[in-house]
Amino acid sequence: METLSALLYLVASICFIMALRGLSSPETSRQGNIYGMVGMTIAILTTLASPIVQSYWMIVLGIAIGGAIGYVVAKKIEMTALPQLVAAFHSLVGLAAVFVALAAFYSPEAYGIGVRGAIAKGSLIEMALGTAIGAITFTGSLVAFAKLQGLVTGKPLVFPMQHPLNAALGVLTVILIGWLVQSNADAALWLIVAVSLALGFLLILPIGGADMPVVISMLNSYSGWAACGIGFTLQNNLLIITGALVGSSGAILSYIMCKGMNRSIFNVILGGFGGESAAAGGPAKGPQGSVKAGSAEDAAYIMKNAQSVIVVPGYGMAVAQAQHALREMADSLKHEGVDVKYAIHPVAGRMPGHMNVLLAEANVPYDEVFELEDINRDFGTADVAFVIGANDVTNPAAKTDPTSAIYGMPILDVEKAKTVFFIKRGMAAGYAGVENELFFRPNTMMLFGDAKKVTEEVVKAMEA
Amino acid sequence: MEHPDPASNIAAFRETLANLSNQVDMLAAQVAHSAQPVTEAAGGHGSFFVTGLTVLVLACFVGYYVVWRVTPALHSPLMAVTNAVSSVIIVGALIAAGPAGFDFSKVLGFLAVILASVNIFGGFLVTQRMLSMFKKKGK
Repeated sequence: METLSALLYLVASICFIMALRGLSSPETSRQGNIYGMVGMTIAILTTLASPIVQSYWMIVLGIAIGGAIGYVVAKKIEMTALPQLVAAFHSLVGLAAVFVALAAFYSPEAYGIGVRGAIAKGSLIEMALGTAIGAITFTGSLVAFAKLQGLVTGKPLVFPMQHPLNAALGVLTVILIGWLVQSNADAALWLIVAVSLALGFLLILPIGGADMPVVISMLNSYSGWAACGIGFTLQNNLLIITGALVGSSGAILSYIMCKGMNRSIFNVILGGFGGESAAAGGPAKGPQGSVKAGSAEDAAYIMKNAQSVIVVPGYGMAVAQAQHALREMADSLKHEGVDVKYAIHPVAGRMPGHMNVLLAEANVPYDEVFELEDINRDFGTADVAFVIGANDVTNPAAKTDPTSAIYGMPILDVEKAKTVFFIKRGMAAGYAGVENELFFRPNTMMLFGDAKKVTEEVVKAMEA
Repeated sequence: MEHPDPASNIAAFRETLANLSNQVDMLAAQVAHSAQPVTEAAGGHGSFFVTGLTVLVLACFVGYYVVWRVTPALHSPLMAVTNAVSSVIIVGALIAAGPAGFDFSKVLGFLAVILASVNIFGGFLVTQRMLSMFKKKGK
């Protein structure tokens, strides 16, 4: 029986690998997702069939309650609210890991890791690690959720002694783990939970809103490592494999996001980015000059007579929910025989791939959407770059000004297009607090207003 | 028929009691003793640690290569699906909620089953919703 279930767990692990493998292209991705569901079903049924599981009503009730909540949420959620949803989901995994670790501590017999009060030292360490990572994931994700949902300010919240305090809490966690291993004491484990909860909260609080893509990826990674820790406690290879897959996936995404901003992961985690540099950078070095503001009619006229238009969407598009209006605009342009493409910066939006999902939601075919390195060369031959809700990712200062906060960050070369349109609410600097000199260039035209409203006006002007 | 006097009755009762408490002591000693091998068996845990670590390292490599092949356009679905998949932690929750009887661990297990189920259903569904939106030109 045990051999059979181990084999079935192996099958489930392979299903999960196939699920990730499927995502290498949109065509195979749907099948991949089905693999994932099959794997999960196998994992659950195998566990239910094991002799330790004897009463089912609680389990069925739990799955029914949780499943119903998950189903409704997943069906109702707006695609623009996706980053919050993912953050919320991460927090649930974290909390579940804490509960499982505590359950293993209070009934070690069920997991075959000793008896209450005399649990093997190795198991205690793994349990404590799983608990700590789970708790950090839980509160960290809650803070990320609150920031993304706008419940707390997206600005970095910095306070004095922040880093020493976090370091002290980290050290304290290690000491508590030592105490737990020595004493098997309940209090030690509960203190680990409490300290880790506080740590997760404090770690994410100072990180600003636009760094959330990194934070979400990082928490994604943490939730995987938490599962891994629990896997060691349960001596279950499935949990270890899955945890490692999720953990490395999140880590790679964090790495890609950091590279997209030319910042180290430590720089992001330590937080405070944006807030200070805005104050320090100040108006002193900001380029000055006259800004040319255009109307929707001007934009419509120029784009209709263009050969090729590259659209650069950013977080502003998501906030204004402008993706559908944007698709209409592209349709009108294509009708006029204009070639329309979309250029996506790796850190556009609030989670990795955020823009791609929003464009897909608006029925933009994915083969018109390109990543930075695939399209950057095309700006030189493009007639129009239409920047909607993006700013820092187009700022040439990243290439020319070594003193700039964003120096070294890969950018979309929109300045090479013959005409650049910027849809912006006002002249405010972007997240990094850096002025964008592009606004003052002669071939740039600003379209002030809400991204969705302006785009709709452009569409109207085109049809007129 | 002889009726035993109350005094001898009580004496017999005392004897039974003493016997019983002796037995309890012996059982307790046995339990304590048998607990030893259990912890020792769990001490054989060390061997699982090496197996587990092997699996972990290999799985990290698999994860590394598989995830780098994921197209950047699908990074959001990747996050959603890894999130759903990491809810496989429900396996641990089922073991906690499964045994007959009722205790603190069962309550914890029950709560963990709910949380993980939200994630499993929500995660896979929202992934499916996202993926169904990705269409090619002309379709």
